[in-house]
Amino acid sequence: MARNHVSATVNGDQVEFLCETGQTLLDVLRDELRLTGTKEGCGTGDCGACSVMVDGRLVCSCLMLAVEAEGKAIQTIEGMSAGEALHPLQRKFVEHAALQCGICTPGILIAARALLARNPDPSEAEVRFWLAGNLCRCTGYHKIVDAVLDAAREMRGA
Amino acid sequence: MSTMLKYQEKELKIVGTRPLRPDGVDKVTGRARFGADYNLPGQLIGKVLRSPHAHARIKSIDTSAALALPGVKAVVTREDFAEMPDEMAAVGELMINFRDVTRNMMAREKVLYDGHPLAAVAAVSESVARAALALIKVEYEILPHVIDVVAAMKAGAPLLNEKQYTAGVKPKPDHPSNVAKRLEYGHGDLAAGFKQAEVIIEREFNTKPVHQGYIEPQACLASYSADGQAELWTSTQGHFVFRAQCAKVLQMEVSRIRVTPTEIGGGFGGKNNIYNEPLAIALSRKSNRPVKMVTTREEVFRGTGPTPGANVKVKIGCTRDGKITAAEAELNFQAGAFPGSPVNQASMCAFTRYDLANVRVVGHDVTVNRPKVAAYRAPGAPIAVFGVESVIDEMAKKLGMDPIDFRLKNAAKEGTQTYYGPKLGPVGYVQTLEAARAHPHYRAPLGPNQGRGVATGFWFNIGNETTCSLNLQEDGTLTLMLGTIDVAGGSRASMAMMVAEELGVEFERVRPIVGDTSSLGFNFLTAGSRSTFASGMACVIAARQMIEKLRQRVAKIREVPAEAVAWKDGRAQPADAGVAQFAPMTLAEIARMGGKTGGTIAGHAEINAQGAGPGFGAHIVDVEVDKQTGAVKILRYTVVQDVGKAIHPAYVEGQMQGGAAQGIGWALNEEYVYGDDGILQNPGFLDYRIPVASDLPRIDTVIVEVPNPNHPYGVRGCGEVPIIPPMAAIANAIENATGLRLREQPFSPPRVLKAIDDAAAAKG
Repeated sequence: MARNHVSATVNGDQVEFLCETGQTLLDVLRDELRLTGTKEGCGTGDCGACSVMVDGRLVCSCLMLAVEAEGKAIQTIEGMSAGEALHPLQRKFVEHAALQCGICTPGILIAARALLARNPDPSEAEVRFWLAGNLCRCTGYHKIVDAVLDAAREMRGA
Repeated sequence: MSTMLKYQEKELKIVGTRPLRPDGVDKVTGRARFGADYNLPGQLIGKVLRSPHAHARIKSIDTSAALALPGVKAVVTREDFAEMPDEMAAVGELMINFRDVTRNMMAREKVLYDGHPLAAVAAVSESVARAALALIKVEYEILPHVIDVVAAMKAGAPLLNEKQYTAGVKPKPDHPSNVAKRLEYGHGDLAAGFKQAEVIIEREFNTKPVHQGYIEPQACLASYSADGQAELWTSTQGHFVFRAQCAKVLQMEVSRIRVTPTEIGGGFGGKNNIYNEPLAIALSRKSNRPVKMVTTREEVFRGTGPTPGANVKVKIGCTRDGKITAAEAELNFQAGAFPGSPVNQASMCAFTRYDLANVRVVGHDVTVNRPKVAAYRAPGAPIAVFGVESVIDEMAKKLGMDPIDFRLKNAAKEGTQTYYGPKLGPVGYVQTLEAARAHPHYRAPLGPNQGRGVATGFWFNIGNETTCSLNLQEDGTLTLMLGTIDVAGGSRASMAMMVAEELGVEFERVRPIVGDTSSLGFNFLTAGSRSTFASGMACVIAARQMIEKLRQRVAKIREVPAEAVAWKDGRAQPADAGVAQFAPMTLAEIARMGGKTGGTIAGHAEINAQGAGPGFGAHIVDVEVDKQTGAVKILRYTVVQDVGKAIHPAYVEGQMQGGAAQGIGWALNEEYVYGDDGILQNPGFLDYRIPVASDLPRIDTVIVEVPNPNHPYGVRGCGEVPIIPPMAAIANAIENATGLRLREQPFSPPRVLKAIDDAAAAKG
């Protein structure tokens, strides 16, 4: 099967890859680029575990074809911390026990960062509705919501 | 021989605090490696062909076209696996039969449900593997199917297994039946108990199967070498149990299979059983290449175990002053395609919250054309308790009693004789109920269309075989190798905390990891709420063994008798002023001299932990019912639970919140929907709706600590209990909000709306 050549940036690095036309961005991130921090929970855009940023937009990478990534800037969980320094959201998730199994965590962190970028002071209800596209089966969301609100407070310097 | 370690009350420095979990940073940075994150050079991709029929005889399977497709390296079918005789083995709370295990992983005579595997291929890419599946030709003789448990029990129902005769019935029946087993528990004189009763309530309930809903689909990677050794990386709740099952169905020696557990992306009982693992090893053996198999979400729903749906009948008799005189239940549980539903556990959990003189529970384990059920958090208990706690609530109302006071009046306590066997030891049900009654939530005001509900749950908790190794490294740090999987709850943190507490060192000094199956001896899987109890006990034993060795080394170095050396505050010190005095030694100092004093210092435990302490929980929920849409909104939720001792309270709260959230989903939305054709209609998260963040309120938690006398820190376990009460608590709250008693789960908007409309129509 002929494969397509695609150039993009991932976490600021220039990347090139070959993909089948039917492969998703998620498939390529995980299987070709070996960035396995982005997870597949459903493959149908229902669980949010594969959330990434594409040109600043929050996207389920299982719903985007890899060929559509041509020329795009993609951000994944692997690019969230600055070296050893965790992003405040990452730190607060650990401190608040906001993760258990951790399979949904990368997607939720990417989605939560996108929320705080557009709304630095969300209410609890705004956090809950923004994260409604990210399924977590372990926590009941209580500690996740606490961690996001606390990270928002810290990032605002409040 | 079994091991118990008595509870000792002592001042604690680390146990009961909230340090950061050792797997936390890897999980927030994407470094943590789950089942699908492992790859090997040269690996193939394996995919499974599944039955499109609910019930059919397999007349032939022709794989020749698939094998001829370029890039296809191996195909396996029933021909590649040995027939297995009936042989039972324990898997978590449930028993399995290898005759059925081998048939569930790969159909033999018949396909028994939509999604039943009947061939698997390994190819150079996923797209080639998928193309190969489409080339496999299967000839079916389609048979009538049966989905509903009540229909399946009737004479003349389509039979899944023509050789299955109901066990537990005397004399042995002369006709085969879908009822695999009848069981009965009880004590006292039921008829006399009901005769004494002044009020009797008898009701029937029905529930649908629900799925564990872990977000990580099953995934594994197998590599079989020509010398007969296999390696397997898989997402599992019990790598030793998976190894045993794979060895059995592949007819390999146990020690030739090495299983490395990956991080597990949720299990809740659903990852107690093998599915693709033996297929991946067989494909690797045939192709001489590593084979990776990742299930899709649709396959997870169609092919892996949900919890059963059930039909439940409950009858309770009571005096006017609120004493229960008799209690009876019939539990008819769907087992799926093979026997082995959790009806046994459900039977024992149905009434054990109460001290009852006259009880009988009859259970039926019934095969139907659905995927074989698997354990799901407190397997079976939520289903039985939905019925029983609904009737308890109705009874309290009829008697004009507060529902918590009614429960307290009949509550099980230390010395209560259970109807399934043991007398209860010290338990915290009364304390849990009292804490719930004292909670401000219980007295908070309610608005229009709002109602409050209460329900309670009981679970045994378990122990069993457990191994661990604690090694003192040359710089005085410690590595703790555990045989019990950390299924997400944070048990690695809890184990390291108990070791640090014993040794008197900082938590960060102990690095816990889960070892592979070749690094430790057999360890049971993480299920039944056993990890913190059993593995915790093993860790304490290993730490105490290490302390003993440390004392002896110091005695040798300092040339004093061993009795003169005490281990206090993380150092070897003179036991008291009356013994030979010497300069204290730290862990690091002793470790550095290890080579000169007899070699590396380690502690081990290989135990069969017994003495698990039962757990009880009480939930309070407020709901608001939208009478226009039938939608039920959870306004407030409080979980009260006796966990014995919370080693890490934040992670215990997380178990209570997560279990309650799963129970809320079970109550309000989740269900398997089948068409008349026996095909599952909602195998995806869009149509099988688990709770999302905006569905839920904050979930308050109250941790009650009545120590288990058979654990050094008093641990009971906590993961199972919180999923038990929500279904009943929410049904009771809806009744208080609307006056409508819902006895068919889930209480989804169409069901609630229909109940509202029916009630209005009945009123005229």
